[in-house]
Amino acid sequence: MRALTWHGKHDVRVDTVPDPEILNPRDAIIRITSTAICGSDLHLYDGYIPTMKPGDILGHEFMGEVVETGPRSTLKEGQRVVVPFVIACGQCFFCEKHQFSACANSNPADNQDLGRELYGHGMTALFGYSHLTGGYPGGQAEYVRVPYSDTGPIVIPDGLEDEKVLFLSDILPTGWMAADNCDIEQGDTVAVWGCGPVGLFAVQSAFKLGAHKVIAIDHFPNRLELAARFGAETLNFEESNTYEALMEMTGGMGPDACIDAVGLESHGMFLDNAMDQIKASTFLGTDRGHALRQLITACRKGGKVSLPGVYGGFLDKFPIGALMEKGLQVKSGQTHVQHYQDDLLRMIGEGELDTTFLISHRMALEDGPEGYVKFKNDQNECTKVVLKPGQIPAA
Amino acid sequence: MSDPRTDDAPATSETGVSGHTETINRPREAVYAFFRNFSNLAPVLHNVQAIEVKDETTSHWKVSGPDGTYEWDSKIVEDEENCRIAWVSTEGSDVKHEGVVTFRDAPPGRGTWITADIRYEPPYGMVGKAVAKLFQKEPSIQVRRDLKRLKALLEAGEIPTSSPPNPEPAS
Repeated sequence: MRALTWHGKHDVRVDTVPDPEILNPRDAIIRITSTAICGSDLHLYDGYIPTMKPGDILGHEFMGEVVETGPRSTLKEGQRVVVPFVIACGQCFFCEKHQFSACANSNPADNQDLGRELYGHGMTALFGYSHLTGGYPGGQAEYVRVPYSDTGPIVIPDGLEDEKVLFLSDILPTGWMAADNCDIEQGDTVAVWGCGPVGLFAVQSAFKLGAHKVIAIDHFPNRLELAARFGAETLNFEESNTYEALMEMTGGMGPDACIDAVGLESHGMFLDNAMDQIKASTFLGTDRGHALRQLITACRKGGKVSLPGVYGGFLDKFPIGALMEKGLQVKSGQTHVQHYQDDLLRMIGEGELDTTFLISHRMALEDGPEGYVKFKNDQNECTKVVLKPGQIPAA
Repeated sequence: MSDPRTDDAPATSETGVSGHTETINRPREAVYAFFRNFSNLAPVLHNVQAIEVKDETTSHWKVSGPDGTYEWDSKIVEDEENCRIAWVSTEGSDVKHEGVVTFRDAPPGRGTWITADIRYEPPYGMVGKAVAKLFQKEPSIQVRRDLKRLKALLEAGEIPTSSPPNPEPAS
């Protein structure tokens, strides 16, 4: 089959690789019909995530048609399914608590050692996201093997086209959980740093969960405009002093909850960012954290901090004093997709959530490498790239 | 025996070999019963090809190494139902091998705590060197991985594998 594979920093290619096979009783094989490039794929593309190997198949936002099932799969051939990016067994302590992204079993034992060294515990497996998280081939391909197919994949009813439901795989539940982690109360203002796909879904979700006001922060005008379409007030950090503006927009209190939908590649010309970049390039630190420092400083006393943005290692100059002295609560983590997917599918079906507004580019799988370049270099116009394995490549 | 310790932390094995505990989300009786039938353990244990149960206490182990296959017989020397199993390799085995596994109730609702301490004592000579390479490199890491595989098999019904495709393009 054809698959988009990683070969090094800024080097992805579409290669011919062996077809996936059923390896375990609960497996299924899916023929991919739509697959998206995620903002977190750019962290792999930019070489920020360790334990990638040349030839690894990328992609963790995908859906398709069931073409083969193992003896313990409950799926049926021909069913259309969206597959959560978190691989979870459904039967361990964590899965029973619905902390699916902490599943103890999905990552093969040999791949858990590094996570134990880095983080104290082995990581849960994700599709197409380095060997730290299992080394599972991803879904930017014609076919993919899906483990634990009896618990993960969500069957899509007829009449809901791919583009409406594809984002159930990651960014929609990720934006929703980011807002859910804010425990929004009446009158609350939620500020969202980063209006990429997760940030924009967090804006929509925060309103659905009862936010009085949502403030969207970015420097790309097109992305701010998309946030404004959902009713958010916007803040361009290149034009305004973010902290001062947030205080004025919240009656001097600061936002009740702050969402970091930026993560480890924070943008902007700020002194701490420049320092972080130098440290990252010399391995003195790994993550850039201007957005995170700023939101902890801006958050109101006793407020909530929600971190859907991906961090991988260590951050220097973390404002631990502000966090403690102001009594902030922090919630974070990879998304418990399986916990949210049924409700979100229902809301999509009932037209309560807009999921298609985000897609700016539709391309053939063969043109995937160009999609990465566009998504990285044109963040104003290129909000989301969907790859179609069946589509004929552009000439 | 003077023990200067002042806390409740479990003592690490004196030989520094391989004691390790894992929580398995299944009742203690089920975990014990699965483990007691050694033929169940081959897919779980590092490099073990097959374990054939010969009688109530004896089993025959086949282990693959970089220089071929090693074989020996193990005999269960302690068997306390739902609590503890200990075994040793029999006289004349190429590889002297012993293990103790204990089963305890985890905190309420969390299943079983299983603790394993498995040691290999390779003989001298060429075979000894190969076996040492096989088992002694990181034995505590191997036992930890073995217990994680056992946990996955008992909880999720299968041992996870990601088996990525050949990194070189086929064409």
